[in-house]
Amino acid sequence: MSAPATRASAAGAQAGASERRPAAPAEAQDASAGRPQGDSQGQPQGHSQAQRATAPGARPKPVTMTKALNTALRDALAADDSVVIFGEDVGRLGGVFRVTDGLRDEFGPERVWDSPLAEAGIIGTAVGMAMAGMRPVVEMQFDAFSYPAFEQVVSHVAKMRNRTKGRVELPLVIRIPVAGDIGGVEHHSDSSEAYWCATPGLTVVTPSNSADAYSMLREAIDAQDPVIFMEPKSRYWSKDAIELPVRTESMYCARVVREGTDVTLLAYGPTVRTALETAEAGAQDGLSVEVIDLRSLSPFDDATVTASVRKTGRAAVLHEAAQFGGYGAEVAARVTERSFFHLAAPVLRITGFDIPFPSPKLEEFHLPTPTRILDALETWEWEL
Amino acid sequence: MERMTIELPRTARALPHTDPVSFIDPAGRPVEPGLHAGYTLPDAQTLIRFYRRMVRARRFESQVTALTRQGRLATYPSAFGQEACEVGAASALAEDDWMFPTYRDSAAILTRGAEPGDILGSFRGDWHCGYDSQGLRTSPQATPLATQTLHAVGFAMAAKLRGTQQATLTFIGDGATSEGDAHEAFNFAAVWQTPTVFFIQNNQYAISVPLREQSNATMLADKAVGYGMPGVRVDGNDIAAVFAVVSAAFERARRGEGPTLVEGLTYRLEAHTNSDDPSRYRSAEEVDIWRTRDPLTRLEAYLRSAGDLDDESVAAIAADAEDLAAHVRELMNTEAQVDPTEIFAHVYAHERPQLREQRALLEAELAAAGPAALSQPTTQPQPAPEPQRAGA
Repeated sequence: MSAPATRASAAGAQAGASERRPAAPAEAQDASAGRPQGDSQGQPQGHSQAQRATAPGARPKPVTMTKALNTALRDALAADDSVVIFGEDVGRLGGVFRVTDGLRDEFGPERVWDSPLAEAGIIGTAVGMAMAGMRPVVEMQFDAFSYPAFEQVVSHVAKMRNRTKGRVELPLVIRIPVAGDIGGVEHHSDSSEAYWCATPGLTVVTPSNSADAYSMLREAIDAQDPVIFMEPKSRYWSKDAIELPVRTESMYCARVVREGTDVTLLAYGPTVRTALETAEAGAQDGLSVEVIDLRSLSPFDDATVTASVRKTGRAAVLHEAAQFGGYGAEVAARVTERSFFHLAAPVLRITGFDIPFPSPKLEEFHLPTPTRILDALETWEWEL
Repeated sequence: MERMTIELPRTARALPHTDPVSFIDPAGRPVEPGLHAGYTLPDAQTLIRFYRRMVRARRFESQVTALTRQGRLATYPSAFGQEACEVGAASALAEDDWMFPTYRDSAAILTRGAEPGDILGSFRGDWHCGYDSQGLRTSPQATPLATQTLHAVGFAMAAKLRGTQQATLTFIGDGATSEGDAHEAFNFAAVWQTPTVFFIQNNQYAISVPLREQSNATMLADKAVGYGMPGVRVDGNDIAAVFAVVSAAFERARRGEGPTLVEGLTYRLEAHTNSDDPSRYRSAEEVDIWRTRDPLTRLEAYLRSAGDLDDESVAAIAADAEDLAAHVRELMNTEAQVDPTEIFAHVYAHERPQLREQRALLEAELAAAGPAALSQPTTQPQPAPEPQRAGA
């Protein structure tokens, strides 16, 4: 799959400093007021996009998402002694995707180390460390390998603040490489967001580009609540011209990454690229597609999505995960509940099929493509 | 931390002794010194203090069970009969150590200094955890089995990394040793050499399932060997032995020698909870045998025969426990003070728009229902909204 040239971006202050609990948070509910307009991972649209703030004289260079994540971890380790990283193969090997490459050598095995191979053990001990005031950043090697830790995540990570009336906070980050499109064998391509998003107490975010990968991971590590940080595997090696460190919008916000007037595509993680390709293809046929990168799956940025959908009157949500009971159902329901009388057509879910993730030679038939998305959009009655 | 990569075995590979460590036999007589296994008998003053704590713990258990039968509490898992484990192990904790208990360990939490009302709030249904975990250095009581053992290991790892002298104690039951989390906790603790004491209260049953259907191990303490840590079997109804063994394990932990697995042999004399019917799975004869091994009567007999306890002091201790029971009755016979809107207050550090909407819905319902439904003021402070910009 060839990606269009992407320029991950965002307006935002350059910030190397680690700042916790921003002093004066704005109202999360107020639509896009005061929020930088998202800019383009796709084609520049030529209107009011804030430009990336870079240091004077800095020249953006192509940075892979893996490098951005690695740099975020390095900067977080340097900024805060309480940050520790452990998991399977994250030490000497630097992680199977090399996201933790070099960190053990740089910070030592007291800060970055290989744990025994047991996911419940990794998450459960991270809970205890966070209770002791540390900020563990742990890795589940692959999405489907996080399931042994399900009980720890659902019964403890998500609930500790609630159980203790806020007396015990768990500032920990669970990094999970997610989704397919990398030719992974069985159990290496799951999209598990619906499980996490159905669990109150969790924050679930996913970057789609290198700038967000850096900024959102720094923000997740600084957060006082546990964060499920889903890293789209198929985007690990894609490059964006950015200068690190970079700060983008709050990880709790969605971003309009391409403006359009006819339809809103709601995407996250790996499907943002798919949506942008779809928008490009649609433009050839005169279809003006707005693309929103949701970024935060829980909480959901109703304000940004509502503003877009009420403008275009049509919406479709994209994801790799199966459709039935999937995250798209929540998105479609929220959009319908809030904007029914602004909609010209039912909200569509364009997703993976309701099947176990297929083997490598079959995954291309499962994943939503621009062609499938445009075909789905054509099922709407456009002449109303 | 480099020690995590040591290739050589770090602990003796000998199996634990099959004879449990003990000092006082069920009749209250000193055991033969060989059974001390090198541990140190606590002094008389310490044992008198333990006796007082156990009497309080037992009175607490019986009072709470009675209140549960009266419908004042939703449920209560009693540790009646297990007081030596609860009090003895918890008494070995230093001030800054952390304890990671289960739902059955209220007596240990009482020993740790919690207010009775704070412990019982969760069983009455006021809130999931009523006591201040930070202040008591005691995690919320874990209902999922063995999950808290990993938290104890993680906390101990943090203490080790930071070079504090803190250690952690976690309780699990015999049934919970079958859970994967217990295995992972034993393994992580041993590999990382964390200052952790695992205390298995082997009370012979996991609700109804006897130990012989739970594990094929000759004894649970043996499991330690496979993980590369020492295991010790102790008479869990002999508080002198429990305290001595757990204290030694803590000393070992503070010397940087890693975790210890302790198996305390004990028995739950009462039902699993008020909704349990033990006659379905164990005989009255069996219970009667264990009544002869009672941890309180044996310590009382021991201290009386040594001249350290007399009728007067026993009566004073009993009266103190009655005061506790009266206090518990008074607390639980008042209605819980709950604030309906507090259910939204402690989900996230920052309030989410979705929860703000739902809280407004509940508040509207409460307002519509009138003052009767609003017996509690909705003054619960809510968290601030989420930040809009990173680093802003």
